[in-house]
Amino acid sequence: MTENLGSVSDHKEQDPKTVLEIDHLQVTFATDGGDVHAVKDVNLDVRAGEVLAIVGESGSGKTVTAKTILGLLPETAMSSGAVMINGTNVISLSPGRLRQIRGRDVAMVFQEPSTALNPVFTVGWQIAEGIRAHAGTDGSGRVSKKEAKERAIEALRKVGIPDPEHRVNYYPHQFSGGQKQRVVIAAALALNPGLIVADEPTTALDVTVQAEILELLRDLRDKYGTSIVLITHNMGVVADLADRVVVMYRGDIVEEATAKTLFAEPRQDYTRNLLAAVPHLGRNSASAGLAERPHQDGEVLVSADNLVIEYPGRLGTPAFKAVDGVSFTLSRGEVFGLVGESGSGKTTIGRAIAGLNRTTGGSLKVLGYEMLNLRERTFKPLRKDIGFVFQDPAASFNPQLTIGECIAEPMLIHTRPSEAQARKRVGELLESVQLPASYAGRYPHELSGGQRQRASLARALSLNPRLLIADEPTSALDVSVQAKVLELFKDIQEEFGFGCLFISHDLAVVDILSSWVGVLYKGKLVEQGIGSQVMGNPRHDYTRRLIASLPVPDPDEQAKRREEHRALLGI
Amino acid sequence: MTAETTLEPVANPRASFLRRLPVVSHFNKSVGLQRFMLVVGLVLTGVFLLTALTAPLLAPYGFAQLSDADGSFPTQQAPGGKHLLGTTVGGYDVLSRVIWGTQTALLVIIVAVILSIFAGVILGLVSGYIGGWLDRILVVVADAIYAFPSLLVAIVMAIVISGGQSSLLGGILAAAISITVVFIPQYFRVIRAETIRLKAEPFVESAKVVGASNIRIMTRHIYRNATRTLPLIFTLNASESILTLAGLGFLGFGIEPSSAAEWGFDLNKALADTTSGIWWTGLFPGLAIVWTVLGLTLVGESINDLNDPRLRGRKRINRKAAAVAVPAASAGSGTETELSNP
Repeated sequence: MTENLGSVSDHKEQDPKTVLEIDHLQVTFATDGGDVHAVKDVNLDVRAGEVLAIVGESGSGKTVTAKTILGLLPETAMSSGAVMINGTNVISLSPGRLRQIRGRDVAMVFQEPSTALNPVFTVGWQIAEGIRAHAGTDGSGRVSKKEAKERAIEALRKVGIPDPEHRVNYYPHQFSGGQKQRVVIAAALALNPGLIVADEPTTALDVTVQAEILELLRDLRDKYGTSIVLITHNMGVVADLADRVVVMYRGDIVEEATAKTLFAEPRQDYTRNLLAAVPHLGRNSASAGLAERPHQDGEVLVSADNLVIEYPGRLGTPAFKAVDGVSFTLSRGEVFGLVGESGSGKTTIGRAIAGLNRTTGGSLKVLGYEMLNLRERTFKPLRKDIGFVFQDPAASFNPQLTIGECIAEPMLIHTRPSEAQARKRVGELLESVQLPASYAGRYPHELSGGQRQRASLARALSLNPRLLIADEPTSALDVSVQAKVLELFKDIQEEFGFGCLFISHDLAVVDILSSWVGVLYKGKLVEQGIGSQVMGNPRHDYTRRLIASLPVPDPDEQAKRREEHRALLGI
Repeated sequence: MTAETTLEPVANPRASFLRRLPVVSHFNKSVGLQRFMLVVGLVLTGVFLLTALTAPLLAPYGFAQLSDADGSFPTQQAPGGKHLLGTTVGGYDVLSRVIWGTQTALLVIIVAVILSIFAGVILGLVSGYIGGWLDRILVVVADAIYAFPSLLVAIVMAIVISGGQSSLLGGILAAAISITVVFIPQYFRVIRAETIRLKAEPFVESAKVVGASNIRIMTRHIYRNATRTLPLIFTLNASESILTLAGLGFLGFGIEPSSAAEWGFDLNKALADTTSGIWWTGLFPGLAIVWTVLGLTLVGESINDLNDPRLRGRKRINRKAAAVAVPAASAGSGTETELSNP
């Protein structure tokens, strides 16, 4: 350890602008299953005015590393090594000293802005709280309420909240998701820390809002010289913002390089595979070269005509129109990709087709059955022809049943096979989704996320449905797993030939699978057409903005795109 | 969460059946003070259960015995001699009545808890899953029962059920059913809340999508997931039912001394003794109540803590890791002073 001390001070003399230095960091968690080494041996440093991205899949230790920087680890964690912020080792600090450092030297931006803000206080109060908490500790004496508020307004202005003098008194619910994240960033900026740790700052946001927040973070670096540690799993975000990238895998650093080098010539196999798995808009499109809509001679499975779905409002407020006059058809053998941001109504349409939501207007015919005024008893026979794959594979399995029992469930309800028949069919299904048949005896929690989603697909296919609805089936998965599941999905769709409604917020993923793509915006289908045409030559303004906001995993190309679309994005 | 990092689940369904039993699995994952509390609770409860089962062998006399071959028992005799814990004003042997009392308590717990679990779980499942007007009515009824002081309900039920008469079975049933009435809303509420939560889970929706009937969803998908908290309420309610039984007996609605031994009744009769310095008639039945309730509560509270991963204590990280951490921390603080005082 004394050796390290020497190197730390040496380094200081050579490069005085290092704001963060992590040295041989190890973090271990005590769990029911024994000790888990979340971070094994991490060394990295961040210089002033630099954006360092830490990327990795779930369980790689990137978030734990970030939390260690602020000393936010839970009690069950044990850390060793050194985390030096401006020459202070955070790991060995007392809680009181740690509080002084947080906010002043290093601040954090969280993933979910709506839970990071306290709903019962105004945003001004929440920003001022940090300012007042630090008053007196740096020799400046107490900060008056008025002065703290002025500084909060200043911070809000910095992050581009319009009319900050007025909106400083607003409550969090009066801001949109993107503005809330701006407020969180403003709170982080209030004391001008040299370093901001941003843990998945755009993951919870829509892609158009993500572009704005990324622009804001870039501004912070350029205008104020703030260093940013960016934790993310999204390679597009990395390409857009990062100067240097650290790739983590199972608690270790696999590769460290500048963003350009990393994307152009990754040295490690793991990085190469990771980058190859990232879907890239315009590459590997399912509809490449198509001139007209395929499968139109097939049976029409779903036809929506001026479909309206409303959710009843509270007493005295009008009903909320989640889906507003949408018309489309879906034929057998076709993959219809439905794209939209959160709240666009895409999931509502999928659920209505499966009979989980009621339609309130227009017409929705599913396998010839009119869903308006749905009666469960008459619809039930049709259910065996509809498969549904849910977003979260972990929650869509009954934890008390084995995978085999879960997959056999649709058969037990509709065809009542003998036990031997059911077991045989489950084995076949598992094999068709590339899982060993022995997995039938396992419980859902004993499978990884990707395996669970395969099993979920097997369950949806168990009765050879004519129609499959996949609601964001890969958004809970890591990119490398996502790539495999998508490939499997494509193969199976070609093999079984069912019609599929593929719902996703990710344009690149939709493009890989679907030949026909519909874009939803605020409950309206603003554009539909052949995938490659919608992506390559969007006609509606919203589609253009959506495609322009999507960061591509290539720093040079992304920089070019950013400049081209600057006007369109309004940044 | 990938397979490599999957943590050991709360109750691993692949572990042997014995290790998955509620209390056994809790014992296995407990450490330190929590394990101590659980063990103390288990020992107290175990002694209670053993005493109840072997009461005919342990007790020197019958619970209603007033005389033996040597003639009638003396009344209010101090502990010692033939009567280890003394005798009561009526001439009963205190030790025998305390021992026989465990049987009554156990019977009441079993009958009361079984009756209320069945009714409460079924009503909670149906009410939570179906919802609508049925749910609203049941919740109002449950709330109305809550609004009554539980002892008052128990008294009313005791009068309704047995008309104040008390044979052994009638007395136990009266006490048990009156306790049941008070407890059904508790099970109802817990199961209903869990059902409503589970109803929105994707796995229930996925069962709906494949066309499972409501009864199938309730029995196969919700029931097994909703009843995980039952061992906890069971132990806590068991201790509460003893207190209610003792309260009933104390007020005179319990079981006559000739039908069965009942601690609350004995406490009532011991009231007048206290002023005359006769402590043994009240102390020992009282201690028996404390013993049983404490044991059951300790078990229940331990299970509660162990079920919650945030409250559950864990073994410390092994020493090797700790040994690495200590010098690192001290070296770190050294750095800090070095750099702040150049």
